[in-house]
Amino acid sequence: MTPQEIAALLSEQFEDRVLESKTDEINPWSDVKSEAVLEVSQFLRSDSRLRMDHLELLGGVDYKENLEVVYVLFSMEHRHRYTIKCQLSKESPSLPSVESVWRVANWHEREAYDMFGIEFEGHSDLSRILCPDDWEGYPLRKDYVFPKSYRDMPV
Amino acid sequence: MEVQYSGDVMTLNMGPQHPSTHGVLRLELKTDGEIVADAKPHIGYLHRCFEKHCENVDYPGVVPFTDRLDYCAAMNQELGYVLAVEKLMGIKINDRVRYLRVIMAELGRIASHLIAAGTYGNDIGTFTPFWWCFRDRETILDFFEETCGARLLYNYNWIGGLMHDVKPDFGKRVIEFIDYFEPQVDNLNKILSDNYIFIKRTANVGILKPEVAVSYGVTGPNLRGSGVAFDVRKDEPYLGYEEFDFDIAVGKGDYGPVGSCWDRYMVRIREVKECCKIIRQAVAKLPPGDVRETVPKRVKPPKGDVYMRTEAPRGELGYYIVSDGSPKPYRLKVKSPCFTAMSAFREVSRGVMIADLIAILGSFDIVLGEIDR
Amino acid sequence: MESVDQLLQLIPYYDLLPEIIRAMMPAFVGCVIILAGLLLTILLLVWFERKVSAHIQDRLGPMEVGGWHGWAQTLADGLKLLLKEDIVLDTTDRTLFKMAPFIVFIGAFAAFVVLPFGASSIISDLNIGILYILALGSLAVVGIIMAGWASNNKYSLYGGMRAAAQIISYEIPAAIAIMTVIIPVGSLSMVEIVNAQQGGIQNWFIFRYPPLIFLAFVIYFIASLAEVNRTPFDIPEAESELVAGYHTEYTGIRFAIFFIAEYANMFMVAAVITTLFLGGWTSVGPTDSQVIPGPIVFYIKAVVLILAQMWIRWSLPRLRVDQLMYLSWKVLLPFSFALVLGVGWLAVYA
Repeated sequence: MTPQEIAALLSEQFEDRVLESKTDEINPWSDVKSEAVLEVSQFLRSDSRLRMDHLELLGGVDYKENLEVVYVLFSMEHRHRYTIKCQLSKESPSLPSVESVWRVANWHEREAYDMFGIEFEGHSDLSRILCPDDWEGYPLRKDYVFPKSYRDMPV
Repeated sequence: MEVQYSGDVMTLNMGPQHPSTHGVLRLELKTDGEIVADAKPHIGYLHRCFEKHCENVDYPGVVPFTDRLDYCAAMNQELGYVLAVEKLMGIKINDRVRYLRVIMAELGRIASHLIAAGTYGNDIGTFTPFWWCFRDRETILDFFEETCGARLLYNYNWIGGLMHDVKPDFGKRVIEFIDYFEPQVDNLNKILSDNYIFIKRTANVGILKPEVAVSYGVTGPNLRGSGVAFDVRKDEPYLGYEEFDFDIAVGKGDYGPVGSCWDRYMVRIREVKECCKIIRQAVAKLPPGDVRETVPKRVKPPKGDVYMRTEAPRGELGYYIVSDGSPKPYRLKVKSPCFTAMSAFREVSRGVMIADLIAILGSFDIVLGEIDR
Repeated sequence: MESVDQLLQLIPYYDLLPEIIRAMMPAFVGCVIILAGLLLTILLLVWFERKVSAHIQDRLGPMEVGGWHGWAQTLADGLKLLLKEDIVLDTTDRTLFKMAPFIVFIGAFAAFVVLPFGASSIISDLNIGILYILALGSLAVVGIIMAGWASNNKYSLYGGMRAAAQIISYEIPAAIAIMTVIIPVGSLSMVEIVNAQQGGIQNWFIFRYPPLIFLAFVIYFIASLAEVNRTPFDIPEAESELVAGYHTEYTGIRFAIFFIAEYANMFMVAAVITTLFLGGWTSVGPTDSQVIPGPIVFYIKAVVLILAQMWIRWSLPRLRVDQLMYLSWKVLLPFSFALVLGVGWLAVYA
């Protein structure tokens, strides 16, 4: 399926919860409302024309006004790729976890939480994965300030 | 396997410093005697803030950083990054650069698989194949050293081209090496792969079913060991891989169920032979040319984002780059194959013995530099 | 021993010493000679192992220390170990921690008093010689468990427990394989066993009642590899899994004693196989016209067996614990029973 067809299918299925789609770029994507992410993921995985069973990348991006979560999905059967993006506010970034759809999302979401502070509702064990468990701050945000010390050790 | 736990469960740390965890990985084990009830991996001991660094360095300056992700296969890490940037900028490279990149990537793949095989033998208890593998790897590192000056971390693949051209008789000597090396793989099979004790230790252990593997995002030799024939070089070819004639090595379950540790290990060995095939074809087709012809003076990609994946020795390496039109990347995210493989580790290692845990960990062939970035 | 007696008579005023000391002196001097000879042998064996392993792995091994192929490497390593800091942790059980290496050491060395190096070169011809050697193997287990427990370290504990299970399990097929040799001899004394093999190579036990005793030799060789914790049975000290198993926490001279005990064990086991199966100190031709002295022949045969042990160590991977137990109880044990029955039947009716 071409990206245009996938975008059309998504808009048809989810109407106003798919905010915007750009299919002419090098990496075609659709912007989805954060509450609908779990339903969209389940649809993308189970629909027989799409069958996106391989979550290639789940990452956070910090645009200065808001945060964004990017999902790059691939289908082993149909060999097509599509990207879903989801805008979140900086004050309370939270959206449903897709761990139940793709098991690999468990670790990817932990990393997004660790680096950006994005909360994933329904995640089985949302704890820091790369930084120590009691680290303060979210390192990959653009306004992150390195702490002067960690547990009384100068950083 | 449903396991009944009699007696108390002991918590043991296969700590960050351990001879067989292939890096600084901490496994929190709960053991009942010799059987492991739960093995929880803790990573982050080698986190070097790669993604944050890349936001402060310009695009060509990121290449040495990508070397240091998976330091055992640095050529392939660089390759993925420069291909992603070239895709974003729309740069077309000439044929000499293309074939040289293929030759270097495949040589890097052989070197990386030799490390995997040797250290796996070490974990299982036989120390001899390690030395044999490293002896052959030395020749490959000599090739790299004479071309770009470094044995392990190269900065060789540049955006739009290569750092230096190779010496005039490079192709001839590479073919000589491949001619010498292919029988050595049979030697390695005799001492390790077909060894009765090695098979008993690995062929019934760590079964990873194909559906579980895909759900956990496992790719590369780990996925192919479970019988799923998926290789980025065949399914989404880059660098002209579609014109080379080679097969994908897939685990067939020769000595036990499909998806065992032995299958994953053997896929790597079979892949080494396929790499030799590709190198021969690439050297035969290598045209003359200038390797710095298409290197841009200033790298300023247009606004947008790109996702590019290549087949690194450990799996599918993906680079997601967000560019805002400036000379420095706005966001660079790496999807490293070992990260996803490690996320499947906890499930595969329930109910096995401690010795099996080491066998499973070695068969996933992880490098902590890539997991932690 | 007569030669030792004659040597002692040469000491001035020897006859003035009390009776009891004069009775113990020959044995004491013999032990000192054996200890010295053994330490030299171990020096040589460690160097030999490094060279053998290096050449199997396509490299050179020690080349610098001492000039010719690094023969003094072991001396240098031993000196280094002696000069290291002796760390005894606070959290360990200090008495057991300090005793453990010596118990393993004793288990290895005390077996040498009954080994016949030559026609009359034996310290004590016990009439239960081989049984004494088997019993000392069990003593080493106590030392290993002590080391594993007293280190207060979970990895050492694993090493100690595995060692106990392994050594105890493999003692049984070893003992039963030895019985196939005892049956034709009729005595447990080591000197009697060697005397029964005199007269030439065809009389060596390995070639008698073919192929039953040859199979017993194979079973005893495998079981003895497990007794001395060599690969493929080196799970107690599995370097890649348990760091260093039961001797993780030992440094300096205590570690050196464990190390020496391992090589002494290797030599002891090779010596026992030589005595039981390969004719001991007898040479290839008839014994009365033996040209090479007994101890030299004995030594050469033991070193050939040690070479086989090293060869196996550097080629094969390690067995897992349950596979090791399976091998001992379900493979070696029934086979050795069958061999004893076979040899017994042949000895009585054939």
